[in-house]
Amino acid sequence: MPLHAYLVLAALVFVIGLFGVLTRRNAVGILLGIELMLNAVNINLVAFSRFRADLAGLIFTLFTIAITVAEVAVGLAIVIVIFRVRRTIEADHLDLLRG
Amino acid sequence: MTETLGFWVAAVVLVAASLAVVLTPNLFHAVLWLAAALVATGGVFLLLDSPFLFGVQLLLYAGGVVTIVVFAIMLTERLVGESIRQTSRFVFNGAVLAAAVFVGILGFLLQAGAVTRPAAVGDQLGDLGRALVGPFAAPLQLLGVLLVIALLGALYFARAED
Repeated sequence: MPLHAYLVLAALVFVIGLFGVLTRRNAVGILLGIELMLNAVNINLVAFSRFRADLAGLIFTLFTIAITVAEVAVGLAIVIVIFRVRRTIEADHLDLLRG
Repeated sequence: MTETLGFWVAAVVLVAASLAVVLTPNLFHAVLWLAAALVATGGVFLLLDSPFLFGVQLLLYAGGVVTIVVFAIMLTERLVGESIRQTSRFVFNGAVLAAAVFVGILGFLLQAGAVTRPAAVGDQLGDLGRALVGPFAAPLQLLGVLLVIALLGALYFARAED
């Protein structure tokens, strides 16, 4: 398959994740959308790494995977804390900082 | 043409599972669909001659992330005492914006010229390991520090109240 096929697939997954982030009301649902977007970026990095025969893309992918795991752990800890305090994880209800 | 067939299988599974993640009303099902999408992404990595990343993807993403999210959902559902339904809002606006971004990316892709795929290299894993302890040694150590900080922070946030 040409490089364009992988890039179009990654773009498709990215915009699906973007759609999820924009439309989900639940904070965990928004995090799942962010996961999809980061995943699409990984596909792009690996595809460019393979087609340009450059190892840096693979190392970037390893780093983004590890950072994503850390991000999910912190994000879900924040969700649990918010749930304890506010009894909700609906993003629309979390408007404490609204001016 | 096993690569073409594998690509289409992985692409269809990946897109379908991704759509299910953002559209299913049941949050728990969404996480399971996310696991399917992550495994399909691992399949794409295999097609791109990166079996090591396929393993990392399975272990860290499909294993680790999905487990953490399932735990978080079960904890919050147990606290609230009922199954969490999740609804979407602004579906039309979100779809229009996502489609616009997709068209924008496609515009860039169509301008780019075709790239030929170079022949597979022999010892990719060895090169990867040497790069991680050579030019990328400092970022790797920083990544370890970041992971420790993030996990300590998560532990601090989610600690039992006293």
